[in-house]
Amino acid sequence: MTDSVLHSVLLLTSLGVIAAIVLYVVSKKFYVYENPLITDVEDLLPAANCAGCGSPGCRSFAEKLVNTEDISNLFCPVGGNDVMKSIAELLGKEVIEKDPTVAVLLCQGSCDMRPKTTQFQGPDSCAISALVFSGETDCQYGCLGKGDCVEACLFDAMYMDKDTGLPIIITDKCTSCGACVEACPKNIIEMRPKNKRDLKIFVGCMNEDKGGIAKKACNVACIGCSKCFDICPKGAITMANNLAYIDPYLCTLCRKCVDICPTNSIIETNFPPKKVKANVKPVKIKTDA
Amino acid sequence: MLKTFPKGGIHPHENKITSAKAIKKLPLPKTVYVPISQHIGIPSEIIVERKEKVSIGQVIAKSGGYVSSNIHSPVAGTVTKLDKLIDSSGYKKQCIVIRTDFKDQSNFEIIDTPLQTEIKLSETEILQHITDYGIVGLGGATFPSHVKLNIKKDKIIDYLIINGVECEPYLTADHRLMLEKAEEIIVGIEILMFALHIDKIIIGIENNKKNAIDNFKKLTTNNNKIKVAALKIKYPQGSEKQLVKSLLKREVPKNGLPLDVGVIVHNVGTIFAIYEAVQYNKPLIERVVTVTGKKVKNPSNFWVKIGTPVKDLIDEVGGLPEDTRKIINGGPMMGKAIKNTDVPITKGTSGILVISEDEAERKRSKNCIRCGQCVFVCPMGLEPHLLMNLTEKRMYEKAFNEDIMTCIECGSCSYVCPSHRPLLDYIRFGKSIIKKLETDKN
Amino acid sequence: MNNQPIIISASPHVHSSRTSKKLMYDVVIALIPAFLVSLYVFGISALIVTSIAVISCLVFEFLIQKYLLKTEITISDGSALITGILLAFNLPSNLPIWMIIVGSLVAIAVAKSSFGGLGFNIFNPALVGRVFLLISFPVQMTMWPTAVENNTAIADAVTGATPLEIIKEGLMYGETMTELTSKIPSNIDLFLGITGGSLGEMSAIALILGGLFLIIRKVITWHIPTIMLITIAIITGIFWLVNPEKNANPLIHILSGGVLLGAFFMATDLVTSPMTKKGMVIFAIGIGVITVVIRKFGAYPEGVSFAILIMNAFVPLINTYFKPRRFGSKIKSKIV
Repeated sequence: MTDSVLHSVLLLTSLGVIAAIVLYVVSKKFYVYENPLITDVEDLLPAANCAGCGSPGCRSFAEKLVNTEDISNLFCPVGGNDVMKSIAELLGKEVIEKDPTVAVLLCQGSCDMRPKTTQFQGPDSCAISALVFSGETDCQYGCLGKGDCVEACLFDAMYMDKDTGLPIIITDKCTSCGACVEACPKNIIEMRPKNKRDLKIFVGCMNEDKGGIAKKACNVACIGCSKCFDICPKGAITMANNLAYIDPYLCTLCRKCVDICPTNSIIETNFPPKKVKANVKPVKIKTDA
Repeated sequence: MLKTFPKGGIHPHENKITSAKAIKKLPLPKTVYVPISQHIGIPSEIIVERKEKVSIGQVIAKSGGYVSSNIHSPVAGTVTKLDKLIDSSGYKKQCIVIRTDFKDQSNFEIIDTPLQTEIKLSETEILQHITDYGIVGLGGATFPSHVKLNIKKDKIIDYLIINGVECEPYLTADHRLMLEKAEEIIVGIEILMFALHIDKIIIGIENNKKNAIDNFKKLTTNNNKIKVAALKIKYPQGSEKQLVKSLLKREVPKNGLPLDVGVIVHNVGTIFAIYEAVQYNKPLIERVVTVTGKKVKNPSNFWVKIGTPVKDLIDEVGGLPEDTRKIINGGPMMGKAIKNTDVPITKGTSGILVISEDEAERKRSKNCIRCGQCVFVCPMGLEPHLLMNLTEKRMYEKAFNEDIMTCIECGSCSYVCPSHRPLLDYIRFGKSIIKKLETDKN
Repeated sequence: MNNQPIIISASPHVHSSRTSKKLMYDVVIALIPAFLVSLYVFGISALIVTSIAVISCLVFEFLIQKYLLKTEITISDGSALITGILLAFNLPSNLPIWMIIVGSLVAIAVAKSSFGGLGFNIFNPALVGRVFLLISFPVQMTMWPTAVENNTAIADAVTGATPLEIIKEGLMYGETMTELTSKIPSNIDLFLGITGGSLGEMSAIALILGGLFLIIRKVITWHIPTIMLITIAIITGIFWLVNPEKNANPLIHILSGGVLLGAFFMATDLVTSPMTKKGMVIFAIGIGVITVVIRKFGAYPEGVSFAILIMNAFVPLINTYFKPRRFGSKIKSKIV
């Protein structure tokens, strides 16, 4: 009895010792030197692995940050300026501060505004339906409403609104990683700068058709009438392809264009309600902020 | 034993309702909408202006490069608009809109012209005519014919295959053409034999068109160079690669062309267009279109001017049936569903198929039961279930290694899947992503 | 035109009329002859065992889908029905009812739903249930009511061994085949199903009929059953030729035990068999070899269930390495 106990104890101990020696030798022999800074930098990064920086994950971005001399063109959109600053301090390198941005949807073609003329049957994916045709409505440029962007968002910052059939971006959760911009086959999600109170004015339409055709397809389409272009005091609005575009860096948020737009296709967000209401009702867009 | 390709294939219901209907001439459309990209390759360049008067057969859009083709005015009239309109791809494309001027339509009434057998032109002139008169492959792929016929010197070509298979259900355009214009097609073949110096020709026809086979056999009894081969009925036999395999047992290599095994394949419709272009200088401005559907009142075959809106054809067969839910440009296996009836007929339109409610709906897709049917029917030896899984999971590189790019998009896998899985949808998507990744790399 | 909008979808726009549901019910139809034979041989108890297995499989599937997985309920697709029938066909007709229910639970919950439901299971659910019962309750699972001709009474009065058990035990105690042949039913009886054994595995003729029906309806291909049977016949044939006194002849091997049921209905289960024809050949050969090895050298007289389960585990590997030949991958023909 004691013999067998002794034997098994000895056997297991010797096995353990042998395994330990093997592991020790292997770990010494195949040791790979790695800059400890990489791990430090990685710890500072948000560990979202969203690939918003262009690298496949936070670890590889950390390697890039440590190994490149000039990191001024590298930026982690999720961590933002604070994270970049602390990384710069740790590495003793320079970073450029960037304005925080947030994703906005450049389409207001809800089911009411933009009637569906056809019905798509197939996998629930914008990219696949975009291969087959231009969309269930007569607008070739607008949202397809299958939610590829929502699926791409790793931060739960988007969801599909069942009433409008459009995705809604929760501004507070948006890290501006750009996954939705990549996922959208229609390129109707734009990263726009986010100021302190998240005040934004932008054209919520990408329809390049001529006014009449665009209006017929969608009630809130930009018809390219140039009224906003004429009224803008700062010259922040440009017209191209029957479409207005507001440069966020030139715009002073005077809201003149919002009032003048005949189709309500210019969106303003988070402004306090106006006291005197003009003839045109301001378009409300849903945000969870 | 009738010849056929060995691996895969399906037998959908043929539904060739219109095979006994002679080709009628469609009345002249009031307005034609001519898209500038009707062929594979670079879109043509518009060379007319608004309000310009154009005569029938005049070049209105010039070939945009080598793999491109001229586009001619199908009618005499006035250019009213140069606008973007929805075509069969489902997207708005640049179109030339011509209002028909009913006074002068006299030219090119070739369909009724007498047979002309004598070839007067030289080899280079023939090829020049094919280039100039905008001939593209009329089987559906619309590949510019002059590119196909321009053979590099180091290639040896010994066979010319004439594709009269028409394996798509419902469509009978090629069948009718083979019956009504058989002699012209023989002359067209002789033109190509002369231009390309090929003396072995096989006309491949599926066995459900016995009268066409007999017709050609009768016409070629004294001609030992042209053989007529009856093929077993099996979809997708009309695909170039499968047809070459069926007739000659030669296998076109992966990512290769029939040229690589010494074969040129041309559709019968293309041959007829070549005959007209060479013998009568007639550009490709009209083609045979089958308008059909189970509930359509008078399904038939028509000679249709390129650019005619689908609406005109539908009116001619008695209007859309009450319960129409889907209109298809092409056959049911590879055609594209169109958004409305304003879409114009293009060089590649071989049929308009109207599908009613009970057949239009797609069934919901269920779990894959790994029955392997898709693998058995794939004529290219692929594993569609695997390719769909890989693209769904965004593993494009692996999908590429599983030869996703060799898929001919025949749709056999989706047709046969007992769980109604959208296999081809995903495979097509994966292919488009890989194509994009490859162009990004370069 | 009516109010509903036009449908746009990618090609193809037509679909074959075959659905997975139809495939499943074809299998059910193919199992009917074997069921009728067992009804004749075992009387009412066959009906009881089968209906208990089927109902409990359906109920478990329903409960799991409704309350555990919270997915769409798909009990009408026929797959749980087949699992129930096949499970019952692999049980002795006098098995206690609670054991049948436990077997169904293992088949549906462990072998099917835990993998993700229809299409995702690696092992044949019915066989997993059967093997679980065989290992857990070996005594009850090997008490076979013997078939008595023109027996319509309740059959669990007489129990005996299956032909394979008789041979295995007899050979162990040094008897020769010539002595044993008198103890086992004749080949004709084996063929018709007048013998002891599990519910559905006795009648060769009924199983072959069902299998042919499946092949004609193109639910299964001929590859797996034929090659599996040929493999078993060849290997047992070699043993038999070497020493006919110590080895049963191939015909007994094929006609007795679960070989035919396994070949036509278990190994060919769509979900757990390979998807390429090359793969099917390898799969079937594997099953044949393992079956004979277990029968000849193993502790169990019967090895088909284990053989199929073992080969099921190899199916993903087979699918990875035995691909169909890609069109144009090798150029055989050259320009003449």
